[in-house]
Amino acid sequence: MEKMKVPSADRVKTLVPQLISDFFKIVVMLAFVFPFYWMFITAFKTYPESMQVPPTMWPTQWTLEGFYATFNSGLSIPRYMLNTVVVTASVICLQLVVMVPAAYAFAKRKFPLSGIAFGVVLVAFMIPQQLTYIPVYLMMADWRLINSLWPQILPLGADAFGIFMLRQSFKQVPDEIIESAKLDNASELQIMVQIMLPMCKSAMITIAMFSFIGTWNSYFWPLVMTNNDLYRPLTLAIERLRDAEVGIHWNTLMAGNCLLVVPILVVFVFASKKIIEGFTYRGVK
Amino acid sequence: MLDKTSEMRDLARRSRNRRWRGYAFSWLMILPAMAFLVLFVIYPVINMGNMSLYRGNATNPYKEFLALDNYHRLFFVKEDFYNALGNTGLYTVGALISVMVFSLLFAQWMYKKRKLNNIAQTVFFTPHLVAGVSAGFIWSWLMSSQSYGLFNTVLTAIGLPEVHWLDSSEMAMPSIIIMNTWKSIGYYALIILSSMKNIPDEIYEAARLDHASAPKTFFKITLPMISPQLFFLLITITTGSFKVFDSVRIMTNGGPGDSTRVLSMYIYDYAFQRNNTLGYACAAGMIMLLIMVIVTIIDFAFVEKKVHYQ
Repeated sequence: MEKMKVPSADRVKTLVPQLISDFFKIVVMLAFVFPFYWMFITAFKTYPESMQVPPTMWPTQWTLEGFYATFNSGLSIPRYMLNTVVVTASVICLQLVVMVPAAYAFAKRKFPLSGIAFGVVLVAFMIPQQLTYIPVYLMMADWRLINSLWPQILPLGADAFGIFMLRQSFKQVPDEIIESAKLDNASELQIMVQIMLPMCKSAMITIAMFSFIGTWNSYFWPLVMTNNDLYRPLTLAIERLRDAEVGIHWNTLMAGNCLLVVPILVVFVFASKKIIEGFTYRGVK
Repeated sequence: MLDKTSEMRDLARRSRNRRWRGYAFSWLMILPAMAFLVLFVIYPVINMGNMSLYRGNATNPYKEFLALDNYHRLFFVKEDFYNALGNTGLYTVGALISVMVFSLLFAQWMYKKRKLNNIAQTVFFTPHLVAGVSAGFIWSWLMSSQSYGLFNTVLTAIGLPEVHWLDSSEMAMPSIIIMNTWKSIGYYALIILSSMKNIPDEIYEAARLDHASAPKTFFKITLPMISPQLFFLLITITTGSFKVFDSVRIMTNGGPGDSTRVLSMYIYDYAFQRNNTLGYACAAGMIMLLIMVIVTIIDFAFVEKKVHYQ
């Protein structure tokens, strides 16, 4: 008993490097979140304080000046926000409606040409937006849709990777369940809606989360698909904030940046486990 | 007798009908998705190939047929295409090395199942979720060359010379790589970590019995065992690097000079920002496509042979 209380030399030998490693790890973690911290406190600084030399690590005077300036910059920030929200919500809905039936058919039904069709999905998976936007823009211009939000929604209607991932989760539903439902005279539609969808809810939520993050953050696509501020999303507004004034007002810019970053961080705080699982799965498959 | 055969024929026809109805239903289910993919991904690429043979602009892409002249100009007349290619290559190599090395280190570092490591995974992953635009702005602010830029303040405080992070042609590209490494390490480390966890404990146990050192265990066991995953990351990071745009545009917009003008930005500039160079931009796009296809094939052909599969 007495002996147990005294840490043995062996234990010290493993404990000390462990402590050093932990300490170092915490330091690196702080370094990783530091840029976000810097964004937040800059957003709450006054303009003169944001340019003070040396910079202050904690605002001497908290102010919402930067946020006011964002909204009074001559840019219609609420409009940009609305566009981002509308586009993001539409993309999520459209993707689910388009991709779920396709993924289901690829996973659970045998039909001619399915191999070729799935090949198309795989090819599409490898082609990035940076290679399709020129013809797509011209197509949208042809259809007279450039002055609307459609060019930011329609081309994202089917995401090759999403189909791939949903198919994988549909495949995991055992065939016996479908067979027994068929014996009970359930129709195809009933099987899909009442059995498959609830069983693949988790995968669908993950897909929806990917589209949310991807669309909310998208910059390149709206940049090339819009000619008019009325239809631009928040990501482009932040860029305009930089160019709006002579000399960069970093406190205003960081305030605008907060509007873009905070919703994503909030979602992450509530669903970090799910998001990390989803992303890992996406990488591992 | 006659009755029976006709009945059977009837049955066969009915089951055939039902089968075709089933096929039709399947096709109907994949139709919307296929329509979207073909219309907005496959067809545009073919269309781009066609446009690359013309001189034109956004209102009239097919002004004048040039055959392969755009490609000729790309490689033999204009010098700036090689610069864009080189910058993309530089970025790719830099990102590949730094992201791979650090993700491996971080994954190894977070291997043990502990509370702190779970928190670390979440923390390191966070930057990956944030928009490239936001990350670009935050780092531009940190790297500002003004006297109030934080990095330079710190450097001055500890007696080092200031660095022109984003406004010198030597440092601009490394600065962008640093930012993107910060942004993506957490993600790639997670992928590596999850494949490390799939290595059976018995193998490590055997190594421990043989008194193998930690580095030896890492290089002789861990690394070979996760090589399929590393191979996947190699392709993802390489093809991903060819697409880099957002962070570059925000942080340097291709400058200073043309030192960070990467391929995607080069195409963007020629597509809509200049007169009658749409076809030229499309030709550059086709080259980018070609390179991505070649990289994928090479990766598959050469690396796969050396990769250890369980």
